[in-house]
Amino acid sequence: MFRRASDALKKGLKAWTEAMVGDELEERLRALERTQNEYGVDPFGFSVEYALSAVAPMIWIYRNYHRVEVHGIEKVPKGRVLLVSNHSGQLPMDGAMIGVAMLIEANPPRAVRSMVEKWVPTLPYVSTFMARVGQIVGTPENCRRLLNHEEAILVFPEGISGIAKLWPQRYQLQGFGLGFMRLALETNTPIVPVAVVGAEEQSPALVNVKPVAKLLGFPVAPLTVTGVPFPLPTKYRLYFGDPMFFTGRADDEDAELEKKVKGVKASIQSMIDQGLKERKHVFW
Amino acid sequence: MVVTGISGNLGRTLAKQLHQAEAILGVDRRPFVGKPKDIEMFQIDLRKKKLDDVFRRHQVKAVIHMGILHDPRMSSEDHHSFNVLGTTRVLDCVAKYGVKKLVVLSSADVYGPSPDNSNFLTEDAPLMAASRFPTMRDLIEVDMLACGFFWRHPQVETVVLRPVHIVGPTIKNAPSNYLRNRRPWQLSGFDPMVQILHVEDCARAMVAALKPGLRGVYNVVGPGEVPLSAIFKELGSAPRSVPHLLARPLLSTLFRYRLASFPPEELDHIQFLCAVDGARWAKDTRWRPSHSMRETIRAVLGE
Repeated sequence: MFRRASDALKKGLKAWTEAMVGDELEERLRALERTQNEYGVDPFGFSVEYALSAVAPMIWIYRNYHRVEVHGIEKVPKGRVLLVSNHSGQLPMDGAMIGVAMLIEANPPRAVRSMVEKWVPTLPYVSTFMARVGQIVGTPENCRRLLNHEEAILVFPEGISGIAKLWPQRYQLQGFGLGFMRLALETNTPIVPVAVVGAEEQSPALVNVKPVAKLLGFPVAPLTVTGVPFPLPTKYRLYFGDPMFFTGRADDEDAELEKKVKGVKASIQSMIDQGLKERKHVFW
Repeated sequence: MVVTGISGNLGRTLAKQLHQAEAILGVDRRPFVGKPKDIEMFQIDLRKKKLDDVFRRHQVKAVIHMGILHDPRMSSEDHHSFNVLGTTRVLDCVAKYGVKKLVVLSSADVYGPSPDNSNFLTEDAPLMAASRFPTMRDLIEVDMLACGFFWRHPQVETVVLRPVHIVGPTIKNAPSNYLRNRRPWQLSGFDPMVQILHVEDCARAMVAALKPGLRGVYNVVGPGEVPLSAIFKELGSAPRSVPHLLARPLLSTLFRYRLASFPPEELDHIQFLCAVDGARWAKDTRWRPSHSMRETIRAVLGE
């Protein structure tokens, strides 16, 4: 019975997606199926069929809730690319919105892969959901493999300290990891800086309740204005920057890589500042 | 050619493929049921001195070693002694009697399922299986012994194969038994990608490993990877969904009272990834599985 209910739900959601995106776009989305086997999944467990169902509520949120405004998405080059973005908002809505933008605004549509925490595969349902919509555990080998397959990968170098940032730190980029730069150099991948404006106000966190996090086995347990980290309907603005090409040795000293990473960070920060200056209100 | 562990299901499949082309000396503790006439059988324990006689009396040019067992019910002492001492004796003979080729059947299980795993593990990945499942220790040791032999005896062409889960109608390993179950347990909300290999394809891979000049450690992947749930759908089985937090203590109790044949550590395989990258093997040997994914899945039931 459970299986039948979930099948009906998937079907309903897919019809909803189809109604929202229209026939022409749906056809283009089907082109993403090229790497799938007879069981409808690619080697990493990504399923276009499943993703088309799962994405329906996200498209609705994209259009009607966060009312996402996209700038410069045409700058994302074909083939392998690393999208590097600021991270915030307690729940990874920023990742979801970038993913939807790349699906329904980019031409041709791209299924963005993002690198999820190693904690995710230990979570029931979440682990399966993430795999079917194309999200992969963030190991360097996985990232390398996907880039060599000419995929678009979304990375949040701030990691947990980005998504869990507290209210006073909004729009201040936290420390960037260097891993993405090593991979970009190793695989000769262009980096597109992305700034997300609007996510950092979606659920203002006041304090990180560490004992609760420890108890639940979560990396963080933020206490937000609304209690739980429910995202408020802030207006989202996504800015895609010009692709940046880096050359050099992937196994160079950290100090050398930090210089390059600083360049990416500065580019994101300047787009954030620009976006903050241009917007008139957090909610519209 | 010496084939150890020939009386098992995989061994018999291999023998069938090989006996017309090669003169086979089978070594196993168990009798070979339905042995083809042209195979000479030695029913001995690998740990015994008699093994030397087999090598002394024949001109052995190759050894396929798959006399490695994995039985969670056996005492760990016996298990360890059979696998590790047995393998050591076989390797000694290979070195002592100037055998040119050695193929050791290990398994992709030596990497071990884990939430930290990359989606595709290459041959360089650390062998972590024992960290969560101590019984795997001697299978890792066997793999390491073979890899060590590879370096210490460069004159022998050593090939270590690490195939993914082998399935087949008569195969009685954990994955086949599990999939044959009409109402298998499934951990609620977990549906990892799994890789399976048809027993005939595994035997073909061992034959391919005999190719002159080939040496090294190789993962062997079958027709690809599918979610566990897709296999259930194909087999028409009706899995029972068990929450993972309950499943472990429950299965450990059932196993202790002999009501279940799987130790609780095996649950990792239906919860986490342990998939490997077989690209190197495919490239070096141009080997391809002869059974499609659908055929491989159905082989569990013997269809």
